[in-house]
Amino acid sequence: MRRKSVSYSRFGYMFSLPFILAFLVFSFYPVLYTAVIGFTDMKGVIPKPVHMLDNPFGNFTDLIMHNTSFRISLTNTALIWILNFIPQIGLALLLTAWFTNQRLKVRGQGAFKVLLYMPNIITASTIAVLFNSLFSYPMGPVNSLFESLGWIDAPVNFLQDKTTARGIVAFIQFWMWYGNTMIILIAGVMGINPALFEAAAIDGANGWQTFMRITLPSLKTIMLYTLITSMIGGLQLFDIPQLFLFGGPDDATLTTSVFIYGQAFKGSYMFNKAAAASMIMFAIAAVLSGLLFYLMRDRDASLLKKAQKRIKKAAKAAARGL
Amino acid sequence: MENIRTESRAFLHVNRTIVYIVCIVLALLSILPFWIMFVNATRSTAEIQSGLSLLPSTHMKTNLDVLLSKSFDPLKGFFNSLIISGFSTICAVYFSSLTAYALVAYNWKLRQAFFTFILLVMMIPAQASAIGFYKFMYQLHWTNSLLPLILPAIAAPAIVFFMRQYLLSMLSIEMVEAARIDGAGELYTFNRIVLPIMVPAIATQAIFAFVASWNNLFMPLILLTQKDKYTLPIMVSLLKGDIYKTEFGSIYMGLALTALPLFVIYFLLSRYIIAGVALGGVKE
Repeated sequence: MRRKSVSYSRFGYMFSLPFILAFLVFSFYPVLYTAVIGFTDMKGVIPKPVHMLDNPFGNFTDLIMHNTSFRISLTNTALIWILNFIPQIGLALLLTAWFTNQRLKVRGQGAFKVLLYMPNIITASTIAVLFNSLFSYPMGPVNSLFESLGWIDAPVNFLQDKTTARGIVAFIQFWMWYGNTMIILIAGVMGINPALFEAAAIDGANGWQTFMRITLPSLKTIMLYTLITSMIGGLQLFDIPQLFLFGGPDDATLTTSVFIYGQAFKGSYMFNKAAAASMIMFAIAAVLSGLLFYLMRDRDASLLKKAQKRIKKAAKAAARGL
Repeated sequence: MENIRTESRAFLHVNRTIVYIVCIVLALLSILPFWIMFVNATRSTAEIQSGLSLLPSTHMKTNLDVLLSKSFDPLKGFFNSLIISGFSTICAVYFSSLTAYALVAYNWKLRQAFFTFILLVMMIPAQASAIGFYKFMYQLHWTNSLLPLILPAIAAPAIVFFMRQYLLSMLSIEMVEAARIDGAGELYTFNRIVLPIMVPAIATQAIFAFVASWNNLFMPLILLTQKDKYTLPIMVSLLKGDIYKTEFGSIYMGLALTALPLFVIYFLLSRYIIAGVALGGVKE
C-alpha cells in the first residue's frame, strides 16, 4: 500500500489567490484611497503636495451643507428613480400576470419577450444620444410625430424644459429595464409550486384573485430583489443623464454619478470633493442595503445570500446604466 | 350553464384582444427608436429635418463619408472594445470558476469566512472606488492602457457566487478523486475535467460579462484620453460634440454602426440571453 492520506486544503488557498490579489489591488486599495482623498485637499491635474484638512470632515460638510449642485443631484437621483421604478414594476407585473395566465394562453410570447428585452442590451450611451436626436427641436422625429398625430400645435423644445428633460430620462430608464424586470418576475412565477394554482382553481378563484392571493405573495422575495437591484443601480445612474443632456438643463438631470464625474474629470479636478461625494453615496447604498436586509430578516440564510448576490449584480447592471 | 360559458368565453376573447394590442404597442415602442435610427442613417440631413420617415433613403454613402472624414474611426473603437470585453470576459469566467472550485472542492480552514467575504464585497458600488482607482492608475502610468479595464475582472464576486451554486449541484467529488488516482495534478484536473462540466454556466455568465464590459462607459471615460484607445461607447459620446451638431445623418450613421454588432449578437443569442436573465434572477 503506497497510498497515504494527503491534505489538499492548500489548493483551496492557492486557487483563491488570483481573486484575492485582484480584489486587494483593484478594489480594496482604491476604496481606502478614495476614502482618504475625501479628507484631503487633493485637486488639480499636476500633482502637488497633498495635506489632510485641518477640519477632516470639511469636504463632507461642504457638500452636504453648502453645495446646492450636490443636493440637487441627490434629489434628482431619487426623483428619477421613483419616476422610473413605479411604472416599471407596474407594467412588468401586468405583463407577468398575462404571460403566465393559463387560461389566456398568450401566443407569440417568445417573440414579445425578445422584443421587450431588446432595449436593455444596447449600449446606454447609444440610447442616450439616440433619444437626444429623436427629441431635437424644432424638427425632430418626436416633434413631427406628435404634430402629425395632432397632439401638439407647435414644436416643443423638450430638451430645454426641466420637467420634460427629467421625464424623458426617467422614461428611458423605464423603457430599458421593464423587459428585464418582467423576465425575472416570469421566472419567479414559474418557480411557484403548481399545486398552489391547482388548489386555487379548484376553489373557484378567478384570475384576479389567483394573482392577488397566490402569485403576488409568492413573489415577495423576487420583488425585493428587483427593488434592491433597481435601487442600487439607480444610485449609480450615469450614462443616460451624462450623454443625454450632460446633466442639464439647469442641473435638472444631474445625478450623483454625473456630479462626481463632473467634479473630478471635467476641468475642475476637485478629486477631494468627488471622493467625499463617492463616500456619501457609498454610505447611502450601505444604509439602503442594510434596511432591505432588515426587511428580509425573517427569511432563511439562503435567501439572504441570494439578496447579496443580487446587489452585486445590480452594481454590474449599473455599469450598463440602470 | 351554457349561457355562462359563452359569456365567460366572450370575456376571455375581449381580454385576449386587449393583451395583444398592449403587447404589440410595447413591441413597436421597443423597435421604433432603433428603426428611426437605421432609417435616418440613410437620409440626408435636409431630409431628416423636413420630417419623419419610416422608409430608407439613398444617402448612406454620403453620411458614412462625412462621418469618417471627421476622425471617427468605428473600426478602431470596435477593435478596442473587442479586446477589452474579450479579455475581461475570459479573466472573469476563468478565475471565477477557479475560485468557485476552491470553495467547493477543498476543505480549508478559511473557506466559510472567504465565502462570507465574497458576499460582502458584492455590495461595494463601482463608483465608491473610482477616484482612488483613477489616482492609483495615474501613479502607475496605466491610464491610456487597456490593462486596468481588463485585470479587475479577475475578482468578479457575483460570477463566483453563480459558479459556486452551479458546482455545488453539478460536481461529484468522486470524479476529482478518480483523476487524482490516475495521477492528474490539481490544476490539470480543474482545466480538463471540471471546466468542461461548467460550460453551460460559463456560457451564461460570459454573455453577461461581455455585454456589461462592452457597454461600460464610466471607467473607460475616466481612464482613456488618447484617441486611439477609445472604446465604442466613448466614440458614441463624441458624436454629440460640436463637430457633428449639424450633420444629423452622420450622427445616426455613427449610432447605427456602433449598435449594429450588439443587434446581431442579440438576435443570434436572444434565447440564451433571456434564459440567462431568468436563471440569474431566481436560481436557488
